[in-house]
Amino acid sequence: MPERGTDVVVVGAGIIGAACALYAARAGLSVTVLDRGSVGAGTTSRCEGNILVSDKGAGPELDLALASRSLWLELAAEYGADRFELEEKGGLVVATGEAGMASLRRFAVGQGAAGVTAEPVTPDGLRAHEPNLASGLPGGVYYPQDLQVQPVLAAASLLAAARDLGARVVTGTEVTGAARGADGRLTAVHTRDATYPAGAVVNAAGTWGGDVGERLGGSVPVLPRRGFILVTEPLPRVIRHKVYSADYVENVASDDAGLETSAVIEGTRGGTVLIGASRERVGFDETLSVEVLRRLAAQAIRLFPFLADVRLMRSYRGFRPYCPDHLPVVGHDRRVQGLLHACGHEGAGIGLAPATGRLIADLLTGAHPLVDPGPFDPMRFAMEDV
Amino acid sequence: MDTSRSDRVHDVVVIGGGPAGLAAAGRAAALGADVAVVDAAVMPGGQYWRQPAGDVLAGSVTHLHHGLSTYRALTGQLAGIAAGGGYYPRHSVWTVGRDESGFVVRALTGTGAGEYEVEIRGRRLVLAPGAYDRQVPFPGWDLPGVMTAGGVQALLKGHAVTAGQRVVVAGTGPFLLPVAAGLAESGATVVGVLEAASPLAWARHAGAVLRNVGKLGEGAGYARALARHRVPVRTRTAVLEASGDGVLERVTTVRLDRHGRALPGTRTTVEADTLAVGWGFTPQLELPLALGCATRVDVDGSLVCVVDDEQRSSVADVFIAGEACGVGGADLAVTEGEIAGTVAAGAAVTDRRLLRRRAALRRFAVAMHAAHPVPSAWMERLTDATVLCRCEEVTVGRAREALLLGADDARSAKLLTRPGMGWCQGRVCGYATSCLMSAWSGRPASPASMAARPVAAPLRLGTLAAADDRAPG
Repeated sequence: MPERGTDVVVVGAGIIGAACALYAARAGLSVTVLDRGSVGAGTTSRCEGNILVSDKGAGPELDLALASRSLWLELAAEYGADRFELEEKGGLVVATGEAGMASLRRFAVGQGAAGVTAEPVTPDGLRAHEPNLASGLPGGVYYPQDLQVQPVLAAASLLAAARDLGARVVTGTEVTGAARGADGRLTAVHTRDATYPAGAVVNAAGTWGGDVGERLGGSVPVLPRRGFILVTEPLPRVIRHKVYSADYVENVASDDAGLETSAVIEGTRGGTVLIGASRERVGFDETLSVEVLRRLAAQAIRLFPFLADVRLMRSYRGFRPYCPDHLPVVGHDRRVQGLLHACGHEGAGIGLAPATGRLIADLLTGAHPLVDPGPFDPMRFAMEDV
Repeated sequence: MDTSRSDRVHDVVVIGGGPAGLAAAGRAAALGADVAVVDAAVMPGGQYWRQPAGDVLAGSVTHLHHGLSTYRALTGQLAGIAAGGGYYPRHSVWTVGRDESGFVVRALTGTGAGEYEVEIRGRRLVLAPGAYDRQVPFPGWDLPGVMTAGGVQALLKGHAVTAGQRVVVAGTGPFLLPVAAGLAESGATVVGVLEAASPLAWARHAGAVLRNVGKLGEGAGYARALARHRVPVRTRTAVLEASGDGVLERVTTVRLDRHGRALPGTRTTVEADTLAVGWGFTPQLELPLALGCATRVDVDGSLVCVVDDEQRSSVADVFIAGEACGVGGADLAVTEGEIAGTVAAGAAVTDRRLLRRRAALRRFAVAMHAAHPVPSAWMERLTDATVLCRCEEVTVGRAREALLLGADDARSAKLLTRPGMGWCQGRVCGYATSCLMSAWSGRPASPASMAARPVAAPLRLGTLAAADDRAPG
């Protein structure tokens, strides 16, 4: 028995699927969202909720990030910042050596030209931003535009807003395949229990986007990049901004498959301090890596010595969806009419979600796209195979 | 402080020094295995044989204990293990990993800035982590003076301290009786024992009971003690509400019908400074889950580990004994420990009596769970203002908002509204959150979705980092 058909079926109820659903619904399309788990239960629930411009150099991802940041502020103004726990936290990037300071300055100049507000901070100025930082650090750059949301709440709130516009959200149902018409166009999505007729299908399955893409007839090269986050006991607000060491930027862009760690530290509303970030390509290996935890703890203590006496309460790990060139895949799959992809955002999915959702809605309706979709074309990898 | 490392690889590392762990260690050592016992407590015996430090059940609390001959035999064997350098008391295991030699057990010892990590290696593991009190929320349960029955018992056995002067003991299960009897024998006024189950609940399980007359004798002893102190035991009765000005002053109780629902017009209020509540037990599954051991939901609604006839878990070389494979009390834990220790030491279980005893005690446990369910009507006694998660101060009403945001299981409720995010990491509120989300969403309860806690015990970041600073590169 087929379910009621909609203009769009979005596969994935994480932050990207939620944003796609909301912007499609705002564009007047009827929408169904399907997820095999719960709302925001995948990588969305395994991150810190960052909306960063500070970690991106000039280029298409930064353009998307800046556009997306503006949309987050618009959403907060429209629905209420509390619906997302949006906080204008600001990011403080700290250099750990003189050489690092010089390259961080150069990086910031390039970002400034692309529209990012980047304020150099002297060694003394660091303590004014973060009184508990270690002494003797050579300086840094402050990025007032960095924001943060509570990611699962944000995804749930975007979906709630989409539901208010008539969208339907079905959780606990796994997509198994797709039906195609005589012309090859996708006509419906099959799940384990039902069939959902669709005018178009958006693959917003995040780290599992490669697998879901294949089930829908168009694979994309999205792979997992594991990361651990440490969560401390609740504390009074002792860390004000998102604080991270300058080598984080290099690690994000790195192509090394081995373990990379850099200190990324911030306080939360609940009082806990979150400590990241690690990156390693080990498939979907879920086991706790004590080695990674030790390195993260040691790096955090070097920036904030008081953390040595603070207790680790829990840790969690997630799998970032990464593509070989570290850019997301957003757009039409020209091998399968009616299929679009919106996945592979690596560690930046929360920040890039609204612009991705808007771009997908623009492509679905034929509106002028928010940003140039060219660099995110899902076909950029497939072309190499032809 | 540095991490303490040793190249010694034990044949068997037993985690937990309660009845199951001590029995497993004793058997394995008797069979010639090189055994280590890692236990968080100062003294051996677990919750069941808890006692003050240095007491060795010599005097002050012996009247509270049962099975002391078993205990003395087990601690005698432990002394042999300790003499060989294999006993690690006051060592809390925070994680278990693997290396080329087998398992690496990472434990914390020392306090404050003196905390350090000790690595203990073994080829096979016996996990005997025990259980803690299962709690369900009710209005006023966050008032000082409201305690778990196990917490009250631990004060009594571990410190010879009575938790209060006027005490109400409430909940369900045979454990309420020794708690009440111990308090009465130690000088507290026990205002009443409120047992939610029907007095006839055991009648349907005569077979299981008759095979375990010894356990009934134990219960009769407590009943005699309660009668001697004129402690009223009320069945089909539960706490409706605890109240007081900043601390517990009054307990409002209500009679239940046979479905566990409150009977109108049966409210009674008694004055009390302490309320000890227990609704059975929740097994402590951090380490089995971290190792990937398969689980199932037991007849009492608890998440427990799957084990085979020889106490093997689904993970090679990992054995589990005691409450973690199904709550059943100390006698069952000792029996399972003996089997696990025997097989972990590489021997076969030749004593069929051991297997028969385990079967009989498990039947008894199933009958006990059937006779003492948590009446699901506890949910009807909640208001939106009732606190669900005490660490994060999340109310029932707030958690219900998660449902409106699309949450359909305990984990999504936690991610959206924070029950289980605080110090206890859902150990206290996990069961209730899972039950409530199931009742509200119509989906099956999901105890597993809040049970994984990869950091089994909190540790200083400085302790964690210490080993990294020494590592090459």
